[in-house]
Amino acid sequence: MATEEMEQLVRREYTQGFVTDIESETVPPGLDESVIAFISQKKGEPEWMLEWRLDAYQQWLKMKAPSWAHLNYPPIDYQAISYFSAPKSKDDAPKSLDEVDPKLLETYEKLGIPLHERAALAGVAVDAVFDSVSVTTTFKEKLGEAGVIFCSISEAIRDYPELIKQYLGTVVPKADNYFAALNSAVFTDGSFVYVPEGVTCPMELSTYFRINAANTGQFERTLIICEKQAQVSYLEGCTAPMRDENQLHAAVVELVALEDAYIKYSTVQNWYPGDEEGRGGIYNFVTKRADCRGDRSKVSWTQVETGSAITWKYPSCVLRGKDSVGEFYSVAVTNGRQQADTGTKMIHIGEGTKSTIVSKGIAAGNSEQAYRGLVKIGPRAKGARNFTQCDSLLIGDRCGAHTFPYQEIGNSSATVEHEATTSKIGEDQLFYCRQRGISEEDAVNMIVNGFCKDVFQELPMEFAVEAEALLNVTLEGAVG
Amino acid sequence: MSGAQTFLNRLEERVSERQAASLPEPTWIVARRQAAAARFEALGFPTRRDEAWKYTDVRRIGEGDFALARDAAFSKAAAAALTLPIEAIRLTFVDGLFSAELSDLSALPSGASVEPLSQALADNHEAVGGALGRLTGVEFSPFSALNTAFTEEGAVIRLAPGTVVELPIVLQFLSRANDAAVMSHPRVLVQAGARSQATVVEHYVGEADAANFTNVVGEILLERGAILNHYKLQEAPLGDFHIASLHVDQGRDSRFTSFNINLGGALVRNDLVSDLNAQGAEASYLGLFFAQGRQHVDNHTLVNHNAPTTFSNENYKGILGDRARGVFNGKVIVKRDSQKIEAYQSNANLLLSDRAEIDAKPELEIYADDVKCSHGTTTGQLDEKAVFALRTRGINEQTARGLLTLAFAGEVMEQVTVDAIAERVERTVAGKLPERFNLTELVDASLNEVHDTGLGEE
Repeated sequence: MATEEMEQLVRREYTQGFVTDIESETVPPGLDESVIAFISQKKGEPEWMLEWRLDAYQQWLKMKAPSWAHLNYPPIDYQAISYFSAPKSKDDAPKSLDEVDPKLLETYEKLGIPLHERAALAGVAVDAVFDSVSVTTTFKEKLGEAGVIFCSISEAIRDYPELIKQYLGTVVPKADNYFAALNSAVFTDGSFVYVPEGVTCPMELSTYFRINAANTGQFERTLIICEKQAQVSYLEGCTAPMRDENQLHAAVVELVALEDAYIKYSTVQNWYPGDEEGRGGIYNFVTKRADCRGDRSKVSWTQVETGSAITWKYPSCVLRGKDSVGEFYSVAVTNGRQQADTGTKMIHIGEGTKSTIVSKGIAAGNSEQAYRGLVKIGPRAKGARNFTQCDSLLIGDRCGAHTFPYQEIGNSSATVEHEATTSKIGEDQLFYCRQRGISEEDAVNMIVNGFCKDVFQELPMEFAVEAEALLNVTLEGAVG
Repeated sequence: MSGAQTFLNRLEERVSERQAASLPEPTWIVARRQAAAARFEALGFPTRRDEAWKYTDVRRIGEGDFALARDAAFSKAAAAALTLPIEAIRLTFVDGLFSAELSDLSALPSGASVEPLSQALADNHEAVGGALGRLTGVEFSPFSALNTAFTEEGAVIRLAPGTVVELPIVLQFLSRANDAAVMSHPRVLVQAGARSQATVVEHYVGEADAANFTNVVGEILLERGAILNHYKLQEAPLGDFHIASLHVDQGRDSRFTSFNINLGGALVRNDLVSDLNAQGAEASYLGLFFAQGRQHVDNHTLVNHNAPTTFSNENYKGILGDRARGVFNGKVIVKRDSQKIEAYQSNANLLLSDRAEIDAKPELEIYADDVKCSHGTTTGQLDEKAVFALRTRGINEQTARGLLTLAFAGEVMEQVTVDAIAERVERTVAGKLPERFNLTELVDASLNEVHDTGLGEE
């Protein structure tokens, strides 16, 4: 993979620092109440929102960064971060694809990314991106017809304050954890989706559409509400290596599913993992939680995590409604010096609730990877059912793969199963492929893709194809 | 006065008592005692904020005031009723104090030495000091620090290279129904020389009304090719608090099998740690816990694969009724460059009541790639299809459930090689089942044709 090129690209951004833009201001590094007030004002937020943020900030001040994860990173200096950086200056962005590093384009080629998207991903100034605006507009019209609201969280705070007041922070409370509290205080962007009763969203919603309009922020906040009998599939992130100058990411995602609603949330994360020594990569501390409030509601999390130096992420489901269903499908790949501590929590509260967890971890190089999960069956969750499968594949003898599943079971009618295996790619499997004229690298890719199949088949079609290609790119150089 | 301070005061009393009675102590023991007391003072009792104690609240111990036993008096008849009915080499401790009267070392073969710690210290304290505390220091947990601070009595088993001890070595710990609750902090030390073989049984049992606190620390050193079967049969009175840790150091090609059977105690915590330090070392952990009422049983196991081509296999079964709570935390760590490892872990739990709870956490930490590791854990209830299958054969529902519960425990119990233990456990489990179905009926049912027994619908 074109790590060096990407590194160059990223470093170029760093050496130049946070430019004072002509069009919008940037606050100097540091965090205090005035910075939060500044963010709130910049976003044109009402007074109650500012108070909400300040309250979160006060609680954050009293909290300590969690240290239980199987991660090793230097302490983060929160005063050294700029919490409001304006959209990147267009002056130093490449003017067209011709100016973009050819190696990066080669990666896009391998991933099979459509031409017009490549430009956006490489950070070509928005004006130069053809077509995207009109595409977005068409989509917006279609969604409008169905009554689906899909906009940035800032717009939603302005335009739909009642919905925000009703739902924001009800799934992930302000002071839920250290990073969630920080996010609540300083979040600058993210998506808002509202699907009205009985509506099946006519298309898969993707942050792709918005990426061109505004750079996704460092502290994203996403809120998705699915009314009774509504359905939506949401895609987050993208397979291509993203240009990003923020090292710390602390996103919060809240999903609310009411009666018979179904939310499918798919993530592909491929942020900069850092150089060979692990320097400079993205720290990704994410709090994602779904609240299955209604009876028979269903939430499905699917994630493909290949990027970031540090991943700390546990998409969870609170299964409150009777017969509600939670699913978690995950593929995490770490290489180089990446560290990932990821998994899920399934909290069974309602009767007849079901959850499925399938986690596939692939560790290569000097990376460390951990699955950490909780399955909790409350005393009222009669007949609750969980199945968990987490498998790890080790490539190379310098990496680590760990499993920390917690099970707290307080109901005798519940059935909880957990299985985990750790192994390497079998010599015989490799030999079999080689014998049929398949190169070692292709053979490994084939085996790894087979290993991840259970998860990939949960991804929306075009995402799955990209994810497979991405896996191959990420593991390049890991074998042989 | 804080809980930990109560214990430290008791220690101070004991130390001055010893001084007054001019009981000599080796200087190394005095130094360790002081260091351990300081460590315990600094740590205090663990709380649920400590990850290792997340599901086990030991406040009931910390807030208690336990004296130290003054004598080892125990009626012979009462002891006989509690003792495992087998021919054995036997050391008996009453509330932590050695009872020569209830011990029997007559069958000890040459090459083997089994003696109380106090005796071993008196004979040659330097020989003991080298091994004692080598595997576990005060750092392991506040309870091991507390044990080290109070160390006075226990069992020392030494096997010369090549010694094979045919009879089981039974260490019997009796808990008395005292007027005031007492505590004991026994040590168990086993040094098995190369190619030696033995079976060691730690048996905890006592008078029904006892409410004492036992805090035992064990260390087992296995040299090249040594084979040791270790049984822990914990049938402590239902008022007893029982905290135990056992640390095993395994040399090349050594084999250690642990049967960890827990039926008694109000609050029980077991830590079992094996270090597989050389090629070919193998550890098998088998466990069964059965808790009812408000019993709390916590089992923590840890296998460190420190060398290549080492093997471990673990199978724990839990049965929980009423408002009992069980904890299973099994961990396997494969160190970097420990290749060609096989490690399997399995835990199955059966909940008999809606108010019972199990917290299971099977963990793998793996730093080598050429390994085969897996773990599985399941929690559920009896298979209704199996219950139905038995009922179609004319067995009433309660008996069917009882049979299936026994069968669930059977997977572990059938590997027990000391028949007296297997029988005792089977009887206890059968007798304690909420269905109250009785074992003889079961045996009859299995011996006779079903239609002849008249067992049918109630």
